[in-house]
Amino acid sequence: MKAIITVLGKDQVGIIAKVCVYLAERNVNVLDISQTIVKGYFDMIMIVDITNMECSFGELAGGLDELGQKIGVMIKGQREEIFENMHRI
Amino acid sequence: MISISEARETNGMVSEENLDVRTITMGINIIDCADPDIKEFCRKIYDRITQRAERLVKTGDDIAYEFGVPVVNKRISITPISLAAASCRADSYVEIAQTLDKAAKEVGVNFIGGFSALVHKGITQSDQRLIDSVPEALSVTERVCSSINLGSSRSGINMDAVKQMGGIIKKTAYMSREQDSLGCAKFVVFCNAVEDNPFMAGAFHGVGERDCAINVGISGPGVVKKALEEVRGADFEALCEMVKRTAFKITRAGQLVAREASKRLDVQFGIIDLSLAPTPAIGDSVAEILQEMGLEEVGAPGTTAALAILNDNVKKGGVMASSYVGGLSGAFIPVSEDHGMIVAVEKGALTLEKLEAMTCVCSVGLDMIAIPGDTSENTISGIIADEMAIGMVNNKTTAVRVIPVYGKSAGDTVTFGGLLGYAPVMNVNKFSCDGFVERGGRIPAPIHSFKN
Repeated sequence: MKAIITVLGKDQVGIIAKVCVYLAERNVNVLDISQTIVKGYFDMIMIVDITNMECSFGELAGGLDELGQKIGVMIKGQREEIFENMHRI
Repeated sequence: MISISEARETNGMVSEENLDVRTITMGINIIDCADPDIKEFCRKIYDRITQRAERLVKTGDDIAYEFGVPVVNKRISITPISLAAASCRADSYVEIAQTLDKAAKEVGVNFIGGFSALVHKGITQSDQRLIDSVPEALSVTERVCSSINLGSSRSGINMDAVKQMGGIIKKTAYMSREQDSLGCAKFVVFCNAVEDNPFMAGAFHGVGERDCAINVGISGPGVVKKALEEVRGADFEALCEMVKRTAFKITRAGQLVAREASKRLDVQFGIIDLSLAPTPAIGDSVAEILQEMGLEEVGAPGTTAALAILNDNVKKGGVMASSYVGGLSGAFIPVSEDHGMIVAVEKGALTLEKLEAMTCVCSVGLDMIAIPGDTSENTISGIIADEMAIGMVNNKTTAVRVIPVYGKSAGDTVTFGGLLGYAPVMNVNKFSCDGFVERGGRIPAPIHSFKN
């Protein structure tokens, strides 16, 4: 099972590090990352593997939300199905 | 595996183009709550609704959070009250409406539909009690929606009922005059009403349905508009292809939400209604799609053709994405709920007559149209008769939701608030149809061969 994580907000040192530490602590594996900076704004999408995740999806998304608030960016975790359903027949 | 660019596309639809699941509507059968004592009936339906829908709002919110697609409304539709309450010994059904309002507030849904009657061939005593209760019921409740089916392609149009509707709508407008006649925004009349429509004000749980069902209405006019920007100036094949592809994607999102809601609530999935339903927000407008197709304003010559293309291709894309497409499905053209429509009326591009023509090819009918408060009862009935005839002859659902705003005249503006939006009061043809409406009786069903 996979999930999509989106991070948006003002750029600063350590955003990727903090997100990745958070994910690693829950045994979530990062599969793909795309990251850009547009006019000082940090924009990242990650595709992660949550098959062996050590918490529920609700807890993961809630925790990412909280982490985002702590570092001042928006972090959203979404289940992969919505993307699969929209783009694959 | 899904690619980053596909993930971006989906999230862009939500964040920039107003893609959302417009409603998860739980249909609940209440026929078996029948009781001669109205108090007992009210207790039973309150218990039934609050038990069945206890987790509806929470589940809708959870799904929205986990999948990242907003689920804007959570709603309930019930068996038409005129059927379920038929055995009640009571002169008025207002108390039942108040019970529905209370139940809706208890479970946290913003509308409950089904204060309804099906009178396309004849009116029962219970139907009549319900019709007589409508004006008061809609003025003393906040979340109850009412609908009446007045005609069908198989049975014709019940003109006795059509005649009554003019008076009922005027009375409803008067009784809610303190809120710009808002009561009328919660009341709709149909020809060929569908039994699994999740959208308000016309939702009810049909008699052919199971005990409980989840029907999902999806939307996304902004997504279609944005996609069409890519094929600006291209021919109709390219245009149709783009509408279909976009409708497919939107419907798949709705299908997923519907399946998930059905699983979590342990209620069977009914249908997906893939209607493009606009909101007053800029960028969430059906009118803007028609403009993107090449019209200066909605109402210009070509509008009906453009809407026909949109409506048909939304369905074609949608049926590929889900096997259970139902409800109204197509494009809604409400006036007060669509920024582009409002502008078109204000500029004088869009008239009531053009809207009537558009309803021949849209998914429903004359919707959320404010008309002068002094419009006569018979004129309103005449407008309804015209719209019912379009539905009956063309084998499609048509509806009328007009608001004769008390104390306002053509050119004034009324504000209903929220998703119901605001609207300029539209001009109505001043010539009389009294002699026609007062005939009474029933218009026979049309012949279904010799199609020209």
